[in-house]
Amino acid sequence: MGENGAGKSTFAKILAGVHRPTRGTITLNGKPVDVTSPIAAQKLGITLIHQEPISFPDLSVAENLVLGKADDGWFSRVPWAQMTREAKALMDLLGVKIDVTRPMRGLSIADQQMVEIARALASDSRLIIMDEPTAPLTPREVETLFVIARRLRDEGRTIIFISHRLEEVRALCDRVTIFRDGNKIATEAIANLSDADIIRLMIGRPFKEYMHKARAEIGAVALKVERLSVPGLFQDISFEVRKGEIVGLGGLVGAGRTDVARALFGVAPAASGTLWVDGKTVSINDPSEAIALGLAFVPEDRAVAGIFRTLSVEENITAAVPKQIAPSGFIRRAIERAMANDSVRRLSIRLASLRQPIGELSGGNQQKAILARWLLTDPSVLILDEPTRGIDIGVKAEFYDMIGELAASGRAILLISSELPELLALCDRVLVMSEGRLTADIPRAEATQESIMNAAVPRRVAFEGAAA
Amino acid sequence: MSTLDTTPSTPVTPRWQTLLIRPETMTFLLLVVGIFAGSQLSPFFLDINYILKSFTLYSELAIVALILTMVIIAGEIDLSPAANMALSACLFAWAQASGIPMPVAIGIGLAAGLLMGLLNAWMVISLQLPSIIVTIGTLTLYRGLAQVIAGDKSIRVPEWFIGVDKIMILGIPLPVVLFIVLALVLAVILGGTIFGRQIYQIGTNETAARYAGIRSARIKFSLFLLIGFVASVAGIMTASRLGSVRYDLALGGELQMVLMAMLGGTYIFGGRGTILGTFLAAWLLVVVSTGMIVANVLPAVQLVVLGGLLIVAIIATNLIYSRTQR
Repeated sequence: MGENGAGKSTFAKILAGVHRPTRGTITLNGKPVDVTSPIAAQKLGITLIHQEPISFPDLSVAENLVLGKADDGWFSRVPWAQMTREAKALMDLLGVKIDVTRPMRGLSIADQQMVEIARALASDSRLIIMDEPTAPLTPREVETLFVIARRLRDEGRTIIFISHRLEEVRALCDRVTIFRDGNKIATEAIANLSDADIIRLMIGRPFKEYMHKARAEIGAVALKVERLSVPGLFQDISFEVRKGEIVGLGGLVGAGRTDVARALFGVAPAASGTLWVDGKTVSINDPSEAIALGLAFVPEDRAVAGIFRTLSVEENITAAVPKQIAPSGFIRRAIERAMANDSVRRLSIRLASLRQPIGELSGGNQQKAILARWLLTDPSVLILDEPTRGIDIGVKAEFYDMIGELAASGRAILLISSELPELLALCDRVLVMSEGRLTADIPRAEATQESIMNAAVPRRVAFEGAAA
Repeated sequence: MSTLDTTPSTPVTPRWQTLLIRPETMTFLLLVVGIFAGSQLSPFFLDINYILKSFTLYSELAIVALILTMVIIAGEIDLSPAANMALSACLFAWAQASGIPMPVAIGIGLAAGLLMGLLNAWMVISLQLPSIIVTIGTLTLYRGLAQVIAGDKSIRVPEWFIGVDKIMILGIPLPVVLFIVLALVLAVILGGTIFGRQIYQIGTNETAARYAGIRSARIKFSLFLLIGFVASVAGIMTASRLGSVRYDLALGGELQMVLMAMLGGTYIFGGRGTILGTFLAAWLLVVVSTGMIVANVLPAVQLVVLGGLLIVAIIATNLIYSRTQR
C-alpha cells in the first residue's frame, strides 16, 4: 500500500522486468536473479497483472493467452486446435466461463484480468503481481477475483496485491508492506495493524511547513457547482469557491478530480448539474466560453494540454488573449512584446529570449509561462490541476507564494493536488473526492493529513462474507 | 527582478545561423541552382518572359498550393482540390454549354467548389475522420462525377472567355499576378494576424489550443471551405486558359500542390511552414519541369524526378526541423 507516487507501480514494474533497477538485487527462491525484460520475468515465473489489462483486442482470447510464448520461427504453423484446447483447460482451471475463441474486444475488464491471470498460469508463474486490479471492478467481480486469488495462494503461488483499499487488503492479504516517497516504510502482518496505523504509515513523512499564505479577505461566491455528474467519471459533485478563497481538491489518482475540472472548463462538459459563475447560472460547452466567463485552467499534463512546444515563449504566453494583442485582428508586436516581457518579469521566468521555443525551457519555467498565459486573461476563477508536479522544490515555493498572492488579489482558486502538505499549507478548505464522489469538505482548522486520507481511501464494503 | 539578462537557460543561436537552416533557404538555393542549370540547357531560361509563360501553366495549381500550405500547417491535408478544379470546371462548362448565362454558370462552378469544400470540412471536422482518407475518397468522387458530367468529350467555352493567361498586367500574365498578390495577402494573414497565428497553434498542439480557448474546429472548417472555393476559381481559370474542359483537367495536380508545399518547407505534421516557402517552391517546380521539357526528358522520367523531389523535400524538412528543435 502507499500514497499516490509512493513508488508501488514502479516497484512492481521492476520486478516484472518492465524497468531495470539502477541498484540492488532481486532474490527469487533464495537465488539472486536478473530480470532484464518482461520475457525474462516470464521465464522466471513472474507475472504482472495490470490494472487495465493490455491485450490485442482483435485477437481471440486463446491467441492472447499464448502471446509471447511462441518461440517458433515467424513462419511456423500456428497450432490452432491445440491452442484452443489448452486455453479452455486454463479457463476451466480458473473456474471462469469465457469463450476462448471470441475476440478480446468487448470482454469486461474483469474478464480481461482473468485472461491475464490465465496467462500467468499458462507460463506457470509462481509470483503473480496484481497492480490495483480491483479499481475498475464491480463488487461482485472483486469477490470472484478474490476467490481465485485465494485458490492460487493455496496452490502455493505467491501473490503481491497492490491496492488503495484498506478493506480489500485486510480481506485478502496476510502481510502488508507500506511504501512512502519511494521507500519501504514497514512490513507487518496485517492483523497487527489498525486502519489508523496503516494510514499513519502511508502519510507519516516529516511535515514541512512550506510557507504561510497571505491571508485573503474571503468574499462573495465566485463559482458554484451543484450536482455535477458525468456517468462513469463522477456523480453529484456540489461545492462553491469564494473570492479570495483557495479551495483544495484532494483524493487519490483516478478519483475523478481532473474530470471535474475538465467539465467545469468545458473541455468535456458535464452531462447534468448546474453551474454558477458570479451568481449567474451559466452553461459552459467549450473552453472559449469558460474563458469569456473569467475562468482559467492550468491543466495537469503540460506537454499534452499546455504548451505549444515548438512555438516561441512569447506566443505561448499570449495564446489566450488574442483580442488584447490584436484588437483589429492584426497582431501588434509591440503590445505583445510588452505583455510577454511583463509576465516574464512578474513570474521570474528564466529564459534566453522571448523568441526561443518554449520546449527549450525547464519544466518549472514552462509551467510559469502557462500560468502567465492565464493571468493575462485576468481570471476571477483559477483552476490549478497539480500545478507543481515535476517542479523542483525551489520553484515550488515560488508557486506557493504566487498562488497565495492570486487569492489575496480576490481571485477564487480551486487547487487540485495529490500532495497533502501542499493542500494543507495553501488551502482554506479541502474538498476530498473518492471514486467519483465528494466525500469530505474539511475546513482549514480541521484539515490534517489523516483527515484527508481518511476521506480519500475508498471504504466501499465490497465483499461481505468474502473473507471466509 | 528582471531575469531576462541573467543566466540564460540555453545559449541563443545567432540569427544568421537560424536563417541559414530555415527550409526556405534550401528552397531558394535550389531555385538558384535550377535556373543556372536551366540556362545551361537553353538560352530561353534567362528570358524572364519565357519563365513567366511557363509559370502560367502551373499558376492555377500554385494558387491552390498557397491555401493548401495553410491547411497543412493547421495539421490537416486536402488531396481533393485538383479533382475539385475538374468538377467545378466541368459543371461550369456544362452549364454555359446548355445555355445558362455565363455569370450564372460561373456562379454554379464556384458554388460547387464551396460545396465540395463543405463536404470535406464536414467529414473531417464534424465526423472527426482523418483528412488524408477523407480527401483521397473525395478526390476519387469529384473526379468520377466530373467524368459522369462531361463524359469523354471536351466541352468548349466561348471564344471571348478564352485566354486569361493572355491578359497582361505590367507585362505579367494575369494568373501569375493573381498568384503573387494572393501570396502577399496570405503571407500577411498567416504571419501577422490572430487567424494565422492560431493556425500554427492548432497545428502544433490542438489539445493545448482548445484549452487556450482557440476555436480550432471553426478555423479548420473555414480553411477547408476556402480551399474548396479557391480550387473552383482555379478550375475556371484553367478552363479559360485551355479553351475547353475535360474531366481530366488538372489530373494529378494534387501531387504538384503537395510538392510545392513540401519543397517550400511546410512540415507534413503541421505547425510549421510559410507562404514564402511555397511561393519559392512553385517557381522551383516550374524551373525544374520546364528544364526537363527543354532537355527532352521523357514524361515518365519527369514523373520519377518529381516523385523523387517530393521524397527528398520531406526528408530534408524533417531533418532541418529535428535539428533546430528537439
